[in-house]
Amino acid sequence: MADAKNRVYLALQNNEDARPIIEAIEEDNPHAEINHFPAMVKIDAVGKLIVRRETVEEKIGREWDPQEIHVSLVSLSGNVIEDDDEFGVERHN
Amino acid sequence: MAVKAITPDYKGEAPDSVENFHGNIMFHVNWEKHLMFCAPLAFAMPPDAPFSTLLEETLPTAYGYHPDWKKVDWSTVEWTLDHEPFDPKHDASLEENGIVHRSLLRFTVPGAEGIAGSGS
Amino acid sequence: MSRKLNLRERYQRMTRDLAWEPSYQSKSDIYPQMEFEGIKIEDWDKWEDPFRLTMDAYWKYQAEKERKLYSIIDAFAQNNGHLNVTDARYVNALKLFLTGVSPLEYAAHRGFAMVGRQFAGVGTQVACQMQSIDELRHVQTQVHTISHYNKYFNGFHDFRHMHDRVWYLSVPKSFFDDAMSAGPFEFITAISFSFEYVLTNLLFMPFMSGAAFNGDMATVTFGFSAQSDESRHMTLGLEVIKFMAEQHPDNIPIIQKWIDKWFWRGYRLLTLVGMMMDYMLPKKVMSWREAWEIYFEQNGGALFEDLARYGLRMPKYWEQTIEGKDHITHQAWGIFYNYTHAAAFHTWIPDDEELDWLSAKYPDTFDQYYRPRFEYWREQAEAGNRFYNPTLPMLCQTCQIPMGFTEPGNPTTIGFRASDFDGNRYHFCSDGCKDIFDNEPQKFCQSWMPVHQIYQGNCGGATVPDVLNWYHLNFGVDNFDYAQSPDRQHWQQWKGEPAEESDAPDEAA
Repeated sequence: MADAKNRVYLALQNNEDARPIIEAIEEDNPHAEINHFPAMVKIDAVGKLIVRRETVEEKIGREWDPQEIHVSLVSLSGNVIEDDDEFGVERHN
Repeated sequence: MAVKAITPDYKGEAPDSVENFHGNIMFHVNWEKHLMFCAPLAFAMPPDAPFSTLLEETLPTAYGYHPDWKKVDWSTVEWTLDHEPFDPKHDASLEENGIVHRSLLRFTVPGAEGIAGSGS
Repeated sequence: MSRKLNLRERYQRMTRDLAWEPSYQSKSDIYPQMEFEGIKIEDWDKWEDPFRLTMDAYWKYQAEKERKLYSIIDAFAQNNGHLNVTDARYVNALKLFLTGVSPLEYAAHRGFAMVGRQFAGVGTQVACQMQSIDELRHVQTQVHTISHYNKYFNGFHDFRHMHDRVWYLSVPKSFFDDAMSAGPFEFITAISFSFEYVLTNLLFMPFMSGAAFNGDMATVTFGFSAQSDESRHMTLGLEVIKFMAEQHPDNIPIIQKWIDKWFWRGYRLLTLVGMMMDYMLPKKVMSWREAWEIYFEQNGGALFEDLARYGLRMPKYWEQTIEGKDHITHQAWGIFYNYTHAAAFHTWIPDDEELDWLSAKYPDTFDQYYRPRFEYWREQAEAGNRFYNPTLPMLCQTCQIPMGFTEPGNPTTIGFRASDFDGNRYHFCSDGCKDIFDNEPQKFCQSWMPVHQIYQGNCGGATVPDVLNWYHLNFGVDNFDYAQSPDRQHWQQWKGEPAEESDAPDEAA
């Protein structure tokens, strides 16, 4: 499992609400790998994955509370980072 | 190991003690290398039933579907009882053969390796 | 937009400020279950809230999830969505899921309400209470789905009654009963950490993707709606472990033992899910083997590297699951093929394309060990001699699954383990299941074992129809091979497919 070190992921539903969030993640996390499954998108990374409020707001043209991610979130792996400006997961060993 | 419970000296009642089987014992039989039968079987029989009943009635009903069943020759079958080598006396009862409640019998039929030799 | 309080402060207000120091009752009287498991908590204020979702936000987002969910379920019903599934065989996966898992959602609702009352820390109480409400929502959404499918397919009609009686449903039932009858710390380690955090992705993600792939939008919708709560639940599980580990070094061996136990129990339970993925989805998303690699080996591996700092290690016997991933789903499908005359869903032999898929996904095992038996069964079924095992199986005392799992390193020999306790002998399928019994024999000697109960005369009679009647299953309708099922006949009528000649179901003993 050498390649498994510090892996984290976020999985989101593949729908209209989640699409701008997925695009924002892609933009803000160039190291992330996007994997498509039926009805679901799983975003894998090593170390950290962040969803930034500002980036999502730019994409949807309205205010966005990072907690809105709960409506589309399918699953995650990692230690959660959560404040008023971002939502994410991380692992550092 | 001491049980961790809110109640002091907590003790569980075992529902599967032999006295709950109305005079029968429940024991298990497995035909080795014939996993088409997905698991070992459970039987409930009186302990004074002759071992031959198992061979002549019970097991043919349980296992007769398998094409290897015709290879069974009880005089050459190899048995274990509770993981020890076992040489059953066919005329003696289950009990006299040392089969008790929750015993496990396993038998191997020499030359029978299951469907296409797959152990199925 | 100005905020008087930031997220952390708002959440702090909602939780810690709800707590007060009792003046005329002792804490041990208020929280009587905090000591007996041996977990030592020095300071509940060190609890880090896994999510800082305040009640107002919680209701807002949950309401939004509900609106989305029920609009899709309504549309599904109005448009006869059940006709859009790939094949009626698929519905059998749903039968197993909705009769096996949905009652566990309700059990989780009860369980979290109970432990939410017992924990002495207010952050933990609030997290558990929120999860309790989530779980109630999950079972409700699933009952709505049951209600729709029950109008068109057999086997859904009495899931509550069945859950307490049917032999294979005793597997999930006993899993949760075990957790609920433990103390609060073990319960939350079992359910929030071992099940939700480590294993539940295997339940929902591939299966719900599978539902989507097979045209079942009702299930996708309740599944992902439930799963959107799951991220909070999983994170609660991780926080619970970290919190207990940081509170006292004496907690570590206790936690490790629970992780060992509940990982193994969850692994055995998920065999049923793996079987659905490999055998019951007409269009397959990924194999059980692949799912285990992604969700356990990769992510579980990363998780336990994370927890190594506390002195926690991978669950005992995890290595056996790496070998087992090539075997357990085939063995489980064999079990249900053997005993489908006593089940509330149908089984079948995979068609040629599916057999080839299995060969490709399981190149080291399928052709050698499993394909021959499936092909033989198919040949016999086509000759009108469909195999039903006429004798009740031996069960594992811990997981309650028929003893169909083979010995590690020896795929043609059943694994046998046994322990003697208090004048009785108990049998197990594996080292993992034997260890669990040996650690708590006073508990596991009490298991309600379906086969033993039938032989004791407690299940309505001695014949299959007697027992099925006691299960509230309809003999000749809910059970037997898919080929002869009324479900299949109806499907062919609805879809305008030509009905094939088929023999009447064989009456098994």
